[in-house]
Amino acid sequence: MEDQRVTLLPVRVVGGVTVAAARGRLDHLTAGALGAALAPLLAGCKAGSPALLLDLSAVDYMSSLGLRTLVVASRQAAAQGGRFAVAGMQPLVAEIFAIARLNLVMPCYVDVDGACAQLA
Amino acid sequence: MKKVVFWGTRGSLPIALTADAVRHKVMAALTAANGRRFASRSELADFVDGLPFATAGTFGGHSSCVEIVTGGPEHIICDMGSGARPLAQAKLAAYGAARPQVYHVFISHLHWDHLMGFPFFLPMYIPGNRIVIHGCHDRLEEAMRLQMRAPCFPVDYSQAGATIEYHAMTPGQPHAVAGLTVTPHRQLHAGDSYGYRFAGQGRCVVYSTDSEHKLEDNGERQGFIEFFQAADLVVFDAMYSLAEAVSVKADWGHSSNVVGVELCQAAGARRLALFHHEPVNDDEQLGRLLDETRRFEAITREGRAPLEIISAYDGLVVDL
Repeated sequence: MEDQRVTLLPVRVVGGVTVAAARGRLDHLTAGALGAALAPLLAGCKAGSPALLLDLSAVDYMSSLGLRTLVVASRQAAAQGGRFAVAGMQPLVAEIFAIARLNLVMPCYVDVDGACAQLA
Repeated sequence: MKKVVFWGTRGSLPIALTADAVRHKVMAALTAANGRRFASRSELADFVDGLPFATAGTFGGHSSCVEIVTGGPEHIICDMGSGARPLAQAKLAAYGAARPQVYHVFISHLHWDHLMGFPFFLPMYIPGNRIVIHGCHDRLEEAMRLQMRAPCFPVDYSQAGATIEYHAMTPGQPHAVAGLTVTPHRQLHAGDSYGYRFAGQGRCVVYSTDSEHKLEDNGERQGFIEFFQAADLVVFDAMYSLAEAVSVKADWGHSSNVVGVELCQAAGARRLALFHHEPVNDDEQLGRLLDETRRFEAITREGRAPLEIISAYDGLVVDL
C-alpha cells in the first residue's frame, strides 16, 4: 500500500529548467507516488524541451525502489531525447546514491542553482 | 548446522589471478612494510594478517559451490560450479575411496557455471558413494548428463561409479533431507532458478543466487522477506551495482548488494554473505564493495539490530 509521505512540490521554472522538488522519504511505500507525480513532467521531457531537474534537498531517505524510480525517469527522458537530472542531495542520500552507483548513470548536481546554470 | 564452507564464489565464469595482479599485491605488501625488518616468521605472519584482504588474499575464481556442514554423516552441497573440484579433493583427503559417503547436492539452476564442476567431482567415480541431486527443474538429469557427452567431455556420465539419484523438489514445499528441512523458493532468472532455505539444529541458512529482484513487485519482495526470515546466514547474489541491475543489466537475472541488505534487514537476518561476484571485479574492487555495503547497512539500520556483512571468497569458512 502506498502512502503520501513523499511530496512533489509545485513545479517551477528556473533559468529555462523545469524544477520539481521532492520531500520526505523515498522508499517502498512512497516511490510509486513519486513516479506517478513525475509521469506528466517526464512525458514532456523531450528533445528541444527544457531539462527536468528533481530537487532532492528535502528528501532524507531513499531505498532501492526510490533509486529505481529515478533511474526509470532518467532512462525515459533519455529515450525521448530529453534531459533529466537530480540536485541538492543531503549527505546521507548522496552516499546512498554513490553506493548504488546512480551517480554514474544520471547527472547529479550539488545544488539547484548550479544545476540550472549547467542545464539551461 | 555447524558451518558453511565456500568452495566457489565467482559468478558466471571461473577466473584466475593474473601475473600482473600478483605483482600488484606483492608491491602493495612491500610498500606497506616500508623497509621494516621482521625478527621472526610469526612476526611476519602477523604483519601479513594485518594487510587488507585484497593485498594479502584473493576472493578467488571458482564458480558457485557452497557446502553446509551439519556435523552429521551426510554431506550437503549447493551447486556444482568449478568449486566442486577442490571440494572433492578435500573429501577424498578426509575419507579416501574406501569409506563410502552420501552427498546431497542442491542445484539452483541448470546454467553451466553451476554444473561444470560435476565431471570433476571425484566421488562420482567411486563405487559405493551415493549422490542425490535435488532440484526443481524438469530437465535436471538431462543437463547433468549433457555436459559429459562427447565431444564436450572425454568421460561419459555412464562411467560414474557412484550411485546417482535425482530428487524432484517442489517450490515452497518443505522437504526433509539429511536431518534438515529444505524449502526451495522460485527466483527470477533465465530458465528459472531456485533458492534453498536450510533449517535444522536451531540454525537457518539461505542459499539464494542467480536471482533478480523486481523492486516494483511488492509481492515478490514480501516472498523473499519470508524466505530470508531470521536466517543466520543469507548467501546472496550481489553481482551488480543497483544502478546496473535496474538499467543496462535489467533482466540479466542478478541482483545487487543494496537489495541484499534491504531484504536481510526487513527479514531480520543475522548475516549476509555477498556472493556470485562479477568476474570483471578484482580483489580491490570487491574489497571496496564490501566496505560500501557495510556502510550502507549502517546508515540505513534505523534502530534495527546490526546485520553482519561479509563477502564470500573461495575457502572462507563461516561458523554458524
